[in-house]
Amino acid sequence: MHELSLCEGIIKVIEDQAVAQNFTKVETVWLEIGEFAGVELNALRFGFDVVIKGTVAEQAKLEIITTEGTAWCMPCGETVKVSTRYDACPQCGSHQLQITGGDELRIKELEVND
Amino acid sequence: MCTVCGCGTASVEGQGHKHSHAHDHTHDHEHHHHEHAHDHDHSHIEMDEKGDIHFGKGLGATHVPGMDQKRIVEIEQNILGENDRYAMANRSYFAERGMFVLNLVSSPGSGKTTLLTRSITDCKDRFAMSVIEGDQQTSNDAERIRETGVKATQVNTGKGCHLDAHMVGHALELLEPEEGSVLFIENVGNLVCPAAFDLGEAHKVAILSVTEGEDKPIKYPDMFHAAEIMILNKIDLLPYLNFDVEKCIDYARQVNPNIRVMQLSATSGEGLEEWFGWISGGLEAAKVKKPA
Repeated sequence: MHELSLCEGIIKVIEDQAVAQNFTKVETVWLEIGEFAGVELNALRFGFDVVIKGTVAEQAKLEIITTEGTAWCMPCGETVKVSTRYDACPQCGSHQLQITGGDELRIKELEVND
Repeated sequence: MCTVCGCGTASVEGQGHKHSHAHDHTHDHEHHHHEHAHDHDHSHIEMDEKGDIHFGKGLGATHVPGMDQKRIVEIEQNILGENDRYAMANRSYFAERGMFVLNLVSSPGSGKTTLLTRSITDCKDRFAMSVIEGDQQTSNDAERIRETGVKATQVNTGKGCHLDAHMVGHALELLEPEEGSVLFIENVGNLVCPAAFDLGEAHKVAILSVTEGEDKPIKYPDMFHAAEIMILNKIDLLPYLNFDVEKCIDYARQVNPNIRVMQLSATSGEGLEEWFGWISGGLEAAKVKKPA
């Protein structure tokens, strides 16, 4: 359940931004979460609802953009799609894969009100 | 000023910053520019009479009044950015002191504390060591470590399922580890959450005992991906179990092709020399890299 800690991190960034970019109310929060980010989305949503209480994001809607896992296959020399960290290359069956996408854990943008 | 919290430590408009430090901490808080108007006191961190710290006792909150005009603000920031900043601070602390730091992660009951006490007892004359112990509750583990004669600080996370870099920074203030020493950070027994949190360590070491399932590396791929080392512990019990060592290592390599595997038993002592030698090598490298 580290999702609650992640939500506290999200709120911290939002509150810093509220001062830096002069807004007082957040309408929507867009997050980008990769398949391999180790995040349970339901837990993240639950945690978000808890931590926004009494903050500039109290009324905010949470939008989550999930990104799929990709890896660089060394034998094939190209990027392939994978759905777990232990997948074999769908083309050649090798496990010599370097994960290149799906680790994202980012706050992308906010819709805010001055 | 507190080197851990950076800007968050300054008193904000007269609001106190309540750290519970065991040592005399009579610094002047620098009233440097503070960008945001939240009341970030640290009264949620509690310390007991034994010098163990307890987190998870509360949340800070904020409110800024205002008006309305919708717009989109690009953020593009890592959610773990705050933790990563603390981790960077810890990492430079370790580098400046020529320390070699390991973050030990595993399920509860894999034998982390036993491996630690054995490592400390056997290596006492080889290098200096100290320990940060993470658990949700109790100081039992720190007490087990202190019995071996090395310094240990217990961090209780309260409801938390992992240590974060901020907690470790506070623990360092209390622990005051020696220069050129090895620091073991024993994370909360959990193969999920600690994977995401960099503490500033040189390596994450995942400990798996052969009394667990051999498929744990693919059941908890994030952790075995994040770790550079996998220790297979309790190998003295292999004759009594149906644990396929080769299969387990294959699973680990599927998740992390570069993972280094050490097989040992903290009880019988088998395989320990490789582990001690590896630590000793890491410490020598850290001392060489230490700025003059």
